[in-house]
Amino acid sequence: MTIISDTEVAARAPYSTVLHKGEKLAIIDLGGNQAVDFLCYDAADPAKRYSAAVTIAAQRTIFLTTGSVLRTGEGAPLLTVVEDTCGRHDTIGGACSKESNSLRYGQHTRHQHACVENFLTEGAKWGLGKRDLVSNVNWYMNVPVEQDGTLGIVDGISAPGLRVELRAETDVLVLVSNCPQINNPCNGFDPTPVRMIVTGGDV
Amino acid sequence: MSTTSTTYGARDHARAQAGTVTEAMPAIPASTWPDPPPGIDPAKLVWAETVAGGGYTHKVLARGTELRLTDVEGDACAHLLLFNADQPWERLNVADTVKVQWNAYLGEAIALLSDQARVLATVVTDESGKHDALCGTSTVDGNIERYGDGSPHGTSPSGNALFTLAAAKHGLTPRDLPPSLSLFQGVHVEADGALSFTGSAGPGKSVVLRTELPVVVLIANVAHPLDPRPDYTVTPLRVLAQRSEPSTADSPQWTSSPEAQRAFENTADYLTARGLA
Repeated sequence: MTIISDTEVAARAPYSTVLHKGEKLAIIDLGGNQAVDFLCYDAADPAKRYSAAVTIAAQRTIFLTTGSVLRTGEGAPLLTVVEDTCGRHDTIGGACSKESNSLRYGQHTRHQHACVENFLTEGAKWGLGKRDLVSNVNWYMNVPVEQDGTLGIVDGISAPGLRVELRAETDVLVLVSNCPQINNPCNGFDPTPVRMIVTGGDV
Repeated sequence: MSTTSTTYGARDHARAQAGTVTEAMPAIPASTWPDPPPGIDPAKLVWAETVAGGGYTHKVLARGTELRLTDVEGDACAHLLLFNADQPWERLNVADTVKVQWNAYLGEAIALLSDQARVLATVVTDESGKHDALCGTSTVDGNIERYGDGSPHGTSPSGNALFTLAAAKHGLTPRDLPPSLSLFQGVHVEADGALSFTGSAGPGKSVVLRTELPVVVLIANVAHPLDPRPDYTVTPLRVLAQRSEPSTADSPQWTSSPEAQRAFENTADYLTARGLA
């Protein structure tokens, strides 16, 4: 196993990389309970991109864990979760934005940094824009759904050093926002760095 | 010689077809819809159409339009997408819709939110209660696997294929299509996160939406991706839209939650600055 890159993503910062088929990306929660907002695209044709809806309909559960397959809107596999020491991850909460912060917390949060800002900034490097942003994965974020439908971002179940590892099933562009949110418990009210390690396939 | 072997004969043949009535068709003008139900004023109708199972439709609607969707026979499934007609890069965001309103399920007084934290439409009346904001619509490959075909010209069209066509008629491409929501076939989230299909509420149920911005509406009436029935099962959807008024500060939609109220305030702020209200 060859380490291709090993990157510490600063608190509140974006990150992106291309994984070639067979390569793996480990996402390590260094400080504990740090939401990692995550989108992925077929690197050869970014119009083929992660679909939360298709992914959860195919696996018939809203949570991601070991064995989950992240699929495009067409149903094709992009990434497989090959290791998960946390237990479950969110597919339905989407990303924070300056705009949605204004609804959830009030207009005073309008100018706070947010995940959509990171996605737009980092996506622009790859020719992606606003229309390429869709419902994303939130690694390490805890969003239960009660039996009456009430859902919400609650205290996390992650801890320092827990990891998720993803295997690329094709060449995949990965877009990440290390979530800067400070108004809900998704980052323990204190955004921290995460570590991204890309390793080679078994060749 | 057949009657259509000449240009004159072919023209007469084509023209003689006018006036044919079929189940799945629009009434144009909409005010000529033959049997408006209670609560619908024919003079105010702007869209009146029946969409067959496996069909799609689309329209640009003014702000303040009441859009009534009816599951005529009990197995419609209206997959729905909304865009701000003035700037279609602003579109329905199902994640924000469920997260901001702290509720996984659609129902009365729920606001359908855009990614710009504004209200595209609200749910005014919901007789069904069987809806889904999580699973999106069906895919071509998924329908091939389930039913043998997922193409628009086949017998089991997928929602993705139909949304692609509907979107194209508004200058939009597959990249412009976010996850959709669906009405009239329910999905429930179990305590462990598992999804279960709860089916329909039966024939004749309606959902009334009110547009709060000028919107592009795309509708695909296709089997839900979790529908367990082996046969592609989807029955006609009735679409009746009439001119009405947008929500105001004293409407139950506006005051349903502090989050919805701020979304209406954001919407009013946009419309005011834009010179639309």
